[in-house]
Amino acid sequence: MSGALASVLTDFLGDALDAQVQVDAIGLGAVFALMAVGIGLVFGVLRLVNFAYGQLVMAGGFALAFASDRGWPVAVGIVLCFAVVLVLSLAMDVVVFRPLRGQSPAVMLIATFAVAFLLQSIALLWFGPLGKTAASLADLNRPVSVGDVEIRKITIVAIVAAAICLGLLALLLNRTSIGLHMRAAAMDFQTARLVGVRANLVSAAAVLIAGVLAAVVAVILTVQFPTVTPTFALRETIIVLAGVVVGGMNRLLPATLGGFAIGYVSGILGGALPTAQSQYLPSFVFGLVILVLLVRPAGLFTRGRPTVERV
Amino acid sequence: MRRDAGRAAVQLAAPVTLVAAAALLGATASRANEIHFINALVAVSMVVALYVFVGNSGVLSFGHISFVAVGAWAAGVLSVPEQEKPAFMPYLFDFLAETTVGNVGSLVAAAAVGGAFALVVGLPLMRLSGLAAGIATFAVLEITNNVLRYYEKVGPGLNTFSSVPETTDLAQAAVGALAVVVAAFAYQRSRFGRQLRATREDPAAARAVGVSIYRQRLGAFVLSGFLAGLAGGLYVHFLPINADSVYLDLTFITLAMLVIGGATSLWGAVVGALAVSALDSLLANAEAEGAVELLGRTLDVPAGTRIVVVSALMALVLVLRPGGLTGGREFSLASLGRLRPRPAREAAE
Repeated sequence: MSGALASVLTDFLGDALDAQVQVDAIGLGAVFALMAVGIGLVFGVLRLVNFAYGQLVMAGGFALAFASDRGWPVAVGIVLCFAVVLVLSLAMDVVVFRPLRGQSPAVMLIATFAVAFLLQSIALLWFGPLGKTAASLADLNRPVSVGDVEIRKITIVAIVAAAICLGLLALLLNRTSIGLHMRAAAMDFQTARLVGVRANLVSAAAVLIAGVLAAVVAVILTVQFPTVTPTFALRETIIVLAGVVVGGMNRLLPATLGGFAIGYVSGILGGALPTAQSQYLPSFVFGLVILVLLVRPAGLFTRGRPTVERV
Repeated sequence: MRRDAGRAAVQLAAPVTLVAAAALLGATASRANEIHFINALVAVSMVVALYVFVGNSGVLSFGHISFVAVGAWAAGVLSVPEQEKPAFMPYLFDFLAETTVGNVGSLVAAAAVGGAFALVVGLPLMRLSGLAAGIATFAVLEITNNVLRYYEKVGPGLNTFSSVPETTDLAQAAVGALAVVVAAFAYQRSRFGRQLRATREDPAAARAVGVSIYRQRLGAFVLSGFLAGLAGGLYVHFLPINADSVYLDLTFITLAMLVIGGATSLWGAVVGALAVSALDSLLANAEAEGAVELLGRTLDVPAGTRIVVVSALMALVLVLRPGGLTGGREFSLASLGRLRPRPAREAAE
C-alpha cells in the first residue's frame, strides 16, 4: 500500500517537475497575474470586487473575432479590442461603480454580478451560444523547440507581456502623481479626498488601467482559445478571484502573487494529475483554496496582523 | 410586551400572506402559467433558506446552492423508481440503487443531507468572515458541482434527472415555501437568531456580552443548509434538472433576489424572490409570443431578451436603492404610510 502510494507520488512529482509542465504553468500564471492586477487595482481604490472583469475580456475577445471575421488586419483588430474594452470599463465606472461608492461590499459585488450577467446575455443575444472564432493571431500557437521542450510562442508572449505590463504599472504607481493619488486612495479614500485627491479621477484611472490589462488578456487568451463564446474567460475570472483573495486582497503585490500562484498551481496539477483524476482538477484547486484560507485568512502573501473587515 | 407580540404577528403575517396570495393566484392561472407560480414558490424557499444565514449573519455565502444541489441529488436518486434507475444512473452504489422512498420521505432525506453537509462544511469554514468566507463558500460550490458532475456512484453525473416523480405541484410548493418562511421567522425571533443578528450589527459588542460568533454562525449555517436541502428536494420533484441547473446561474439569481428584496429582512427575501420571479415570468411569456404591446406600439422580443432585461433591472435597483426594495426592514403597518423607507440600519428588532 505504501509502496503504491510512493510510486504514485513519484510519478506525480516527476510529471510536476517536467520542464514542459513547468513552462506551461508559468505561462498560465502570467495571464492570471495580469487579471489579478486588474481586479486587485480596482479593489484597492474602490473597495469593489469586480466580478464583471471577465466579461470585459469576453467583450475584447468578441472585438477581435469581429475584426478577423471581416478580414481586417490584425493590428486593427487589436485596436478595436482595446477601444471596446476601455469604453466598456469607463461606462461601468460612470454608470454603476460611481453611484455605488461607499455602499456595502455585498451590494457592490451583487451589482457587478448583474453587470456581468447583462454583458453575457447581450453577447448571447448578439453572437449566439456557439460564439465566433478569432483566427488572426493563430500563428503564435506554433511551438518553438528549446532542447526537448516545446514552447508555444504565445506562452513566451504572455510571460513577456505580463512582465512589461507589471513593470510599467509599477513605474506609474511609484513615479507619477496620478500613481501617488491612486496609492493614497487605496490607503484611505476619505482622507485622500480631504487632501485634494480627485475621487472620480483616481477611480477612472484605476478602472482604465484595469481595462488595458483586460484587453491584453483578451488578446492572449483568444490566441490560446480562438473560439470566443459568451462565457469566455468566466472560469478564468472565478479562479483568479479566488487567487486574489488567497494571496491577500488588501495590497496589490500579494493579490498579483496570488493570481500567479493559482494559475501556476492549476497548471502543475493539470499537467501532473493522473488521467483518471484530471476531471477532478477544480476540486483539487478549490480544496487547496479552502485550506490556505483556513490557515491564513488575511492572505498567503501578506505580512502583519490580519485586518478585520466586514462584508 | 403586547405591542411587541402584535408587531411580530404582522411581521410574520406579511410574508405568509404574500406567499399564500401567490399560490392562490397560481391556482386560478392557466395550466401553462401555473408552472411560473410553482417556480416562484420554489425560488421563495431557496431565497429564504439563503436569507437565514446571509441575512442574519451579514456574511455572504456563495455556497448555498451546493446544499440545494445535494438535497436535489438525495431526493432525486431516492425517489426514481427502482427499475428506471439503471437507465440514466447505471453506476449507483448498491444501497442507493436498491432503495426507493416516497414523496415526503425523499424531501426529509433532502433536508437532512443538506443540513448534514452544511454542518461538515461549516465546522471549519465558519471561522472565516468577510471576503475569505465568500471565496471559501464559493470553493465549496465549485467542489460540490465538480463531484456531482463526475461521481456517478451518487447520481446521474452529467445526465439529466429524468423520471423523478413530479410531486411538486402548486399546493406542495406553497406548503414548502410557507414551512421555510415560518422556520426562518421562528429562528430569527429565537435567542440564537437575536444573538447572530447582534454579531451582524457589531461583532465586538456582541462578543463582549458573551456571544460566540462562531457557534451562532454555525447554527444558522446548518439550519440554512437544512432548508436549502429541502428546497432542492422540491426543485428536483418539479423540473428535470442536471448539474448545471444547480450551479452558477442559480447561485447568482438567488443572491440577486435576496439583495434586490433587501438582504437583512425576511420580508425582503420573500418580496425579492417573488418580484424577480414575476418579472422573469412576464418576460418569458413575452419572449414566447415574440412581441409585446407597449404604449400602443408592438415591440419585437427576440429570445434571450429576458436575461438582458432582468439583469439590467437588477443593476438599476441596486444603483437606485442599495438597501433593496424593502430597505432591508421587516414589514410593519407604520411603514405603509411612508413611501420611502429609511436606509437599512435596523436595530436588532
